[in-house]
Amino acid sequence: MSCAQTIMDYGLRAIGIGERLLPRSDFTLCQQFTLIGSGLIWNVYFAVMALAVGFFLANALAMGKASPRWWVRKPSEWFVLVFRGSPLFIQFFLAYFIFLRMKQAGVLPFLTVAQWGALVVLVLNTAAYSAEIFFGALKSVPKGEVEAAEAYGMTGWAKFRRIIWPTQMRLAWPAYTNEAIFLFHATTLVFFSGFPTWRQQGDALYYAQYFADKTFNPFVPYPILAFYFVVLTLLIIGLFGLMNRRLNRHLPQAARPKLRYRPQIIR
Amino acid sequence: MFEYCVDPSVLEGLRWASCYLTTGKHFLFYWSFLTVLTLLAVTAPAALAFGFGGAMLARGPLPLSWLGKTYIMAVRGVPDIAFFLFFVIALDQGIEYLRHVVVCPGWEDPIRQGNDFIVCSDAKTPNNSAPQLYHDVYGFFLAVFTYAIVFGAFAANVLFGAMQAVPRAQIETAEAFGMSPRQAFWRITVPQMWVFALPGLSNLWMVLIKATPLLFLLGIEDIVYWARELGGTKQAKFTDYPHGDWRLWYFLFLLVFYLAFTKLSEAILNRVMARLTHGQGTLGGAV
Repeated sequence: MSCAQTIMDYGLRAIGIGERLLPRSDFTLCQQFTLIGSGLIWNVYFAVMALAVGFFLANALAMGKASPRWWVRKPSEWFVLVFRGSPLFIQFFLAYFIFLRMKQAGVLPFLTVAQWGALVVLVLNTAAYSAEIFFGALKSVPKGEVEAAEAYGMTGWAKFRRIIWPTQMRLAWPAYTNEAIFLFHATTLVFFSGFPTWRQQGDALYYAQYFADKTFNPFVPYPILAFYFVVLTLLIIGLFGLMNRRLNRHLPQAARPKLRYRPQIIR
Repeated sequence: MFEYCVDPSVLEGLRWASCYLTTGKHFLFYWSFLTVLTLLAVTAPAALAFGFGGAMLARGPLPLSWLGKTYIMAVRGVPDIAFFLFFVIALDQGIEYLRHVVVCPGWEDPIRQGNDFIVCSDAKTPNNSAPQLYHDVYGFFLAVFTYAIVFGAFAANVLFGAMQAVPRAQIETAEAFGMSPRQAFWRITVPQMWVFALPGLSNLWMVLIKATPLLFLLGIEDIVYWARELGGTKQAKFTDYPHGDWRLWYFLFLLVFYLAFTKLSEAILNRVMARLTHGQGTLGGAV
């Protein structure tokens, strides 16, 4: 079977398009590259969706943590503490069992499916981590800028929207880039926790482990996986770097903060 | 455990719970917490040693510094769970292969036959006839080694930064006193770097705590394994203590355990930091 044929058959296997049966013996390098790459679709899906939704929730939580009203501040603080203080692995398990109960009670039954349920957990988790980053950035917004805004007669929403928030994002961006990378790496945990795979439609690590189990040779599938992840990590750094450039475009060249990749691994 | 536990079917309420929570399997569950703590206690110094070695390599002369930097970058660029899954098999096969070469020199067949990895029976580690305890200890050892390699890379990064952060003037003073580079490193850099390393290392400790549930993926019977095992639905046919699906509660308990543990660590590390910065010429110690 030619490599092009393999790509046709298995390129979209992870989302259920193409050949149903996974290869069982005589694995070629092409098959491994194709299937692990097709699993990567789910990693990208989880990372992009969780970041997109989590960003807004994180902003709300960061504002909540800075709120003078205790009934807004306390819940935000607790939320951040619980999700940052416990392992994501345990959170996945716990969430799955909660969703299972909800399904039995007939509430939101689709949440037991990894593609929805795990996404909810990832959104909440990244929101908590990002909220801490955004809160830290909010605290380090220069006082002078805020006072200048007040001198211009800005108050409330206008002051936040036009002065505080842009500076906050600018300060938080390098740390937020790292958070995006950790989150992308953390998506590999989804199919190794409580959530089951459906019809062997797993993520990249799922297929890498499938091959490692079948061939009993870890030295091929895992380096392929590593290759994909390094490439995508560089892509994230590139994309977030563009945003970073835009956020800092008013600053003199030398004063612009550089993005530095400081990964923190799992949570 | 207690005398009244002889016939669990007649027990009610608190007495039932006290009997249920003291079954043999539950004691295995409680012991597995000790497994996790042991892992942490063994891994933390091991990872620190790996990190120290890695940082020294990265600071060394050219070919060595590439080695150190590659180690740091390679482990950090890839999801660590992939490393966990990879290293456990790779280490196992590596050890068996080395023993195979030493123990059975006359072996002609290739090691990899299709989808199998075959070494002579003497080279199996541990031996097939060895007691179960050996297998458990060996599995635990592999896990510790894997954790040490992965977290060693992160520690190496932190220590490398800390070594660079020691003020240059200090080293120059040491040189002015006639110390060799080696003496300056051991007597000046190493004692001074800890204060710079501590924030990074304490962060790493928090991450290490939160990485312990991954032991489950390495095939160790840890707290996650037992929580799944004990929490699952139990039928009256198979056990004296039938109950429904309680995994939710067991995992809730694990969540609380981890929260408490991270909180406690945070408090202790804050005190250590306060002690270390005492009298230092930094913002934290200037008070």
